[in-house]
Amino acid sequence: MSHLRTENLTFTYGEGTPFKITALDNVNIELNKGEFVAIIGHTGSGKSTLVQHLNGLLKPTDGKIFLDEKNIHSSKSTLFDARFRVGLCFQYPEYQLFEETVYKDIAFGPTNMGLSKGEVDERVRKAAKYVGIPDEMLSKSPFDLSGGQKRRVAIAGVISMEPEILILDEPTSGLDPMGREQILSLIKNYRENTGKTVIIVSHSMEDVARFATKVIVMNDAKVEMTGTVDDVFEKASRLREIGLSVPQITEIFIKLREKGYNVSEKIYTVEQGYLELKKLFKGRGIS
Amino acid sequence: MIKDITIGQYFPFNSVIHRLDPRTKLLFTIVFIVMVFVSNNFVSLLFNFVIATVIINLSKIPLKTVIKGLKPILLVVIITSVLQIAYVKTGITLIDVWKIKITSGGVLTAVFMAIRISLLIVMSTMLTYTTSPTSLTNGLDKLFAPLTKIGIDFHMVTMIMTIALRFIPTLIEEVDKIMSAQKSRGASFDQGNLIKRAKALIPLFIPLLFNSIRRAYELANAMTCRCYNGGKGKTTMNALKFNSGDYISYLVMLLFITAIILLNIFCGEYNAEFTFNLAV
Repeated sequence: MSHLRTENLTFTYGEGTPFKITALDNVNIELNKGEFVAIIGHTGSGKSTLVQHLNGLLKPTDGKIFLDEKNIHSSKSTLFDARFRVGLCFQYPEYQLFEETVYKDIAFGPTNMGLSKGEVDERVRKAAKYVGIPDEMLSKSPFDLSGGQKRRVAIAGVISMEPEILILDEPTSGLDPMGREQILSLIKNYRENTGKTVIIVSHSMEDVARFATKVIVMNDAKVEMTGTVDDVFEKASRLREIGLSVPQITEIFIKLREKGYNVSEKIYTVEQGYLELKKLFKGRGIS
Repeated sequence: MIKDITIGQYFPFNSVIHRLDPRTKLLFTIVFIVMVFVSNNFVSLLFNFVIATVIINLSKIPLKTVIKGLKPILLVVIITSVLQIAYVKTGITLIDVWKIKITSGGVLTAVFMAIRISLLIVMSTMLTYTTSPTSLTNGLDKLFAPLTKIGIDFHMVTMIMTIALRFIPTLIEEVDKIMSAQKSRGASFDQGNLIKRAKALIPLFIPLLFNSIRRAYELANAMTCRCYNGGKGKTTMNALKFNSGDYISYLVMLLFITAIILLNIFCGEYNAEFTFNLAV
């Protein structure tokens, strides 16, 4: 049984006006519990529109979304349910902070869920711990934090609702390398510790190759490919055609192979590359 | 939903009116408004009406759109008309039931006021319908440039207007985004009583305000980097220039003013009884 599934999902902006744009065209995706899904695609390919459907923010023009085989738009309560069970963290979430203190901001979601004060407190502290926000920072104003800290607070605001599926829309955009690493490792830890499904929308092929168990490629409002990291990055030329790329390390190994070196093309991370080169050197008697 | 809001809408057609210099259109609108207020009888008002109709026709803007623009002020028109009927007690009594007394004077004044308000709104919307925001502010800038000589920096005012207009779509988009983000955290903007709803707007307005201030700083920096130092000595790429259409417009304006003055004198201040007798 799939955890989250879409059926012929279609969405058009500005229906019935001359400015009509089809943002999603017959999208069928299927996610299972515990997967780490990466959605990639060029700007305007419909990624963000797709994730906004998954927690019921946008109502599809046509098609259905099933959460545990229940249509999320079948009644008000199923929609309400989906809002909390599927947590969506928007791009640049730090611009949505509003409370006086970090604590209150993280507590906004759980409070809206109608939890008791004790439960809210527990969740806030747990979420803060996940994202590496120390206790003394909880009483600070979110506007006094650094960019990376703000981003982590905003992510904590979604994690604190303890959604079964966590969606992050380009969680690392605009951050420095250290900030990126922090965010990525916190997402990884979160998934490993809770076993929950995580979906990230990303532009970084390196990040996708490192973490994803399933990759969905979007192109012009349609799903272009779905599969494992291997399945997708194997089709390097097609990816380039639709404005995407493969990880840099993969690029290097493809070039090496073209030059006649006996290496595998299916190298997607630096670690894999290191091992492959070691093998090559060993074969030639160099250590 | 929120994207449907359009303020100062502009319809990019290619008509005689669209091609006019924004200064001409601004002046014409001001003259028209003054003339509508000066008109003191139905004949003068009819003349205003004719001018407005001709302009609407020339502009190629669909009549339906123009009438739609009147919708928001319908309530104002109705309230004004009802008040006129209630307070003006001159002329022949038409209805006198219980405490309600409606006279011909009241009805005519009500009609007069309704037409007056409608004409004012139609002509001011025609200005924004046919003039792009940029060219409108350009026009204002040039029109009020002489004010700098007496120490009023009108360029600043028009720059503020331009920036405000430029950021309306950006802000609407931002409101949409923040609303979606807060909804994802379980906020609801359309439930509960008035106080609850007002409170629900805090998570929307605080980030919006904060982001606007941040954006203002960024814009100020960007402008400084491009050596913006106010209106002094600034030239424009597309300098405004009057052409034949504008000269004709000024001629029409002059004739229009003369006609209204003459009509006002010859037809006299409208007299409820007199007009009513004429109508009957």
